Amino acid sequence: MKKYTLHLNSKRCIGCHACEVHCKTNKKLPVGPILCEISHPPLKAAKGFPMTEFQFRSCYHCEDPSCVPVCPTGAMKKREDGIVYVDQEKCIGCLACISACPWSVPQFNPATGKVVKCDYCMDRVDSGLKPACVSKCTTYALKFVELKEI
Amino acid sequence: MKKTAWSLCSMCSVRCPIKVEVEDNEVTWIEGNPKILKGALCAKGSAGTALRDDTERPQQPLIRKGPRGGGRWEPVTWEQAADYIADKLKGIIEKYGAKAIMLSDRGGPFPDLHKAFIHALGSPNYSNHDSGCGRNVHHASLSVYGLGRKDFVYDIKNSKHLVLFGRNILESLRIAEANQVLDMLDAGGRMTYVDVRQTITGLKATRFIQVRPGTDYALLLGLIHGLIKKEAYDKEFIEKYVTGFDELVKFIEPYTPEWAATECGIKPKAVNDFIAEIIQDMPKIVFHPGWMLARYRDSFYASRAIQILNVLCGNVEVKGGQIFAKGAGDCGKKGLKSLDAQIPKPTDPRADGVGTKYKHFDKGPGLFHLFYDVMKTGEPYPIKALFCYRHDPLNCFPDPEAQKAVLDNCDLLVSIDVHYSEFGWYSDVILPESMYLERESILAVAKGPSPRIQIRQKAVEPKFNTKPSWEIFKLLADKMGVGQRLPYNTIEELWNFQLEPTGYKIEDFNEKGFISLSDGPVMYDRNNLDGKFKTPSGKIEIISQKLTDAGLPSLKPYESPAKPEKGKFRLVFGRTAVNAHGHTINNPLLFELFPENSLWIHKREATKLGIEDGDWVDVISDGASGTLRATVTEFIHPEAVYTCHGFGRQIPAQTRAYGAGVSDSRLQTGLLMDMDVAGGGLNLCEKFVTVKRSSKNMKRRVEL
Repeated sequence: MKKYTLHLNSKRCIGCHACEVHCKTNKKLPVGPILCEISHPPLKAAKGFPMTEFQFRSCYHCEDPSCVPVCPTGAMKKREDGIVYVDQEKCIGCLACISACPWSVPQFNPATGKVVKCDYCMDRVDSGLKPACVSKCTTYALKFVELKEI
Repeated sequence: MKKTAWSLCSMCSVRCPIKVEVEDNEVTWIEGNPKILKGALCAKGSAGTALRDDTERPQQPLIRKGPRGGGRWEPVTWEQAADYIADKLKGIIEKYGAKAIMLSDRGGPFPDLHKAFIHALGSPNYSNHDSGCGRNVHHASLSVYGLGRKDFVYDIKNSKHLVLFGRNILESLRIAEANQVLDMLDAGGRMTYVDVRQTITGLKATRFIQVRPGTDYALLLGLIHGLIKKEAYDKEFIEKYVTGFDELVKFIEPYTPEWAATECGIKPKAVNDFIAEIIQDMPKIVFHPGWMLARYRDSFYASRAIQILNVLCGNVEVKGGQIFAKGAGDCGKKGLKSLDAQIPKPTDPRADGVGTKYKHFDKGPGLFHLFYDVMKTGEPYPIKALFCYRHDPLNCFPDPEAQKAVLDNCDLLVSIDVHYSEFGWYSDVILPESMYLERESILAVAKGPSPRIQIRQKAVEPKFNTKPSWEIFKLLADKMGVGQRLPYNTIEELWNFQLEPTGYKIEDFNEKGFISLSDGPVMYDRNNLDGKFKTPSGKIEIISQKLTDAGLPSLKPYESPAKPEKGKFRLVFGRTAVNAHGHTINNPLLFELFPENSLWIHKREATKLGIEDGDWVDVISDGASGTLRATVTEFIHPEAVYTCHGFGRQIPAQTRAYGAGVSDSRLQTGLLMDMDVAGGGLNLCEKFVTVKRSSKNMKRRVEL
């Protein structure tokens, strides 16, 4: 059962891309892989005002992830709480998961030769902290939400 | 081994307080100080670790070999570098006197050390970058209140309306301030944003006004007219604290809101609706006086007009308005002991003439660009040595080639910087400072309603053979025989020297990285502000005594800005949240986000020129040109083209940033001495450029 999600309050988001760097530095990633992304549709005039809205995307941590079954070594795993992650010990960098994912979410890390992806910073989550992108969001626009069954 | 260090970020000039987690001399986590910023940090702040690891910064002292700017360096020891500098300085002092030495920095909280150093050498010539930045704002504030721009803070969070004239507050980012803005908007407040192009700040604004470039002052005059005609101003406040109101009433007569609308190229309704909102929201309204306002010929007067609007709304020392920045004295405490204050002031007049020829300017740092005139003419006396600490004039002042020609009159150029700067690359000696996570700095007071003393502790040992600035200046002072003027050998001795009058101890910073000087916000009694305004009259001066004495108008009649000739555009510049000027462009993680700048051009103009979005375009000014990609958009005024400042770097050792994009400063030919004589700021948006589709665009495919 999926337990968590990331929510962006786009009213507060200022498109500063800090979350992307918070994520990268926490995971010690080199230039290349970017595990979450702030984007926005092109500016459009609405009632004479140029408008757009910021969107945040990282891994969707699918209920039924395509990346997990294609992994030949069992490195791509899904936890009980729904977090889909790569076991770095087992990953051989074959990139099968990248092809399998409809959004090419997993990415190649040239520094390790393995795949890396958003795992909600599960080491932080497990010690009661929030993912790096949320903890340091410049404007407190990103929230780590615990999903509850109603 | 794990440890936590309290520090101040230095990726830009805001210096947000940060908490740094370290394990085995490596930084594992940086976040905004939880007590102040609740962890929040911007992209630059997190990319501090990439700066630490970056080998494309100077790694040991370097002495130039070959011609200036040639890029050949001899690595030397600190002793050798200091001896080399001391020898040169002694020669200069013997021939021209100590006053021939100058030092410039980037302002901020730490200049006490730099001032102490240059004054200890016996020279009055301390300067900083600010005539290419906020001097117009500072001098405008001084002329109105007798207080500088940093003597007020803006209580944006509690205001009902924030008005910004090109102050791109959500991209030229101060984290705490940006959050105040968003909190205010979340609480139903209004934000009006005036600019020649759309920005992220404009996106979040409740009212966005796109004006013709250079007409801010017209809109401001129209607003003042509207308030005065409707008698919507704080009469009691004005009666009590303000002089020159009657002159203002007379002066403002021709500048109706309708006139302003025509001049700015906007609808009269937009101005009148805006005025109605201002009236509803006063006094809980903040007209932000600007930050970087070295822009148009009347920017100083525009900033003064902004202050006049603040005064008319009576927002001084009001919750939700502008509040006096309080220091230690306001909390009944003693402030930090100053190094500079212990040193006798050199008696020579400043070479830039500030304080003598220009009596209406703040003598503190004077005006940097005026020193170029001094270097060129040798009048009033020669300047032969220039130290730039963390300041890159060749990047932030216009026309680097013109600057280099003048710098060649100097016998010694020294760059003290974490980075290779454009100036450093042209200088004779580079003294590499340890990056901020690798060094301590002197203690500094952050003034505000709740002032505090802040510390920058060293988080990690330096990766390379670099030193903190307190050590560099001490080393140089020792070599020059004035080491006793910097009475410390270790950072603890320096901190203890500073803390002596306060009664605090170094350990008092360990808990949260700062010491609060008050229990809560300190507010003055608004009904008794006598003595708080430091103008000659002790009042808020709409007609400034100092400007009058200098033969300058306080209320300048409006002059319409020049329209570009056919085929030309006014070149404007700005920033994004991921870069701070030039010095972060080469940071690997920030370069990845924003590798080169583009030229924004209006769709209609682009069509006329056959330019499509993403095309390479040549931007040509007289004597300089550059080629970059076009961003074709409807959301910039057709008279202007825009680019992000800081790109087009010319330092081969910075392999990523080298030659990427175009430097706006390089295109600003002829603007180096184009100063507003009333405000002291340079007029950097007074350049018109030609734009054409570049021959770099492929016409056909030759290869398979």
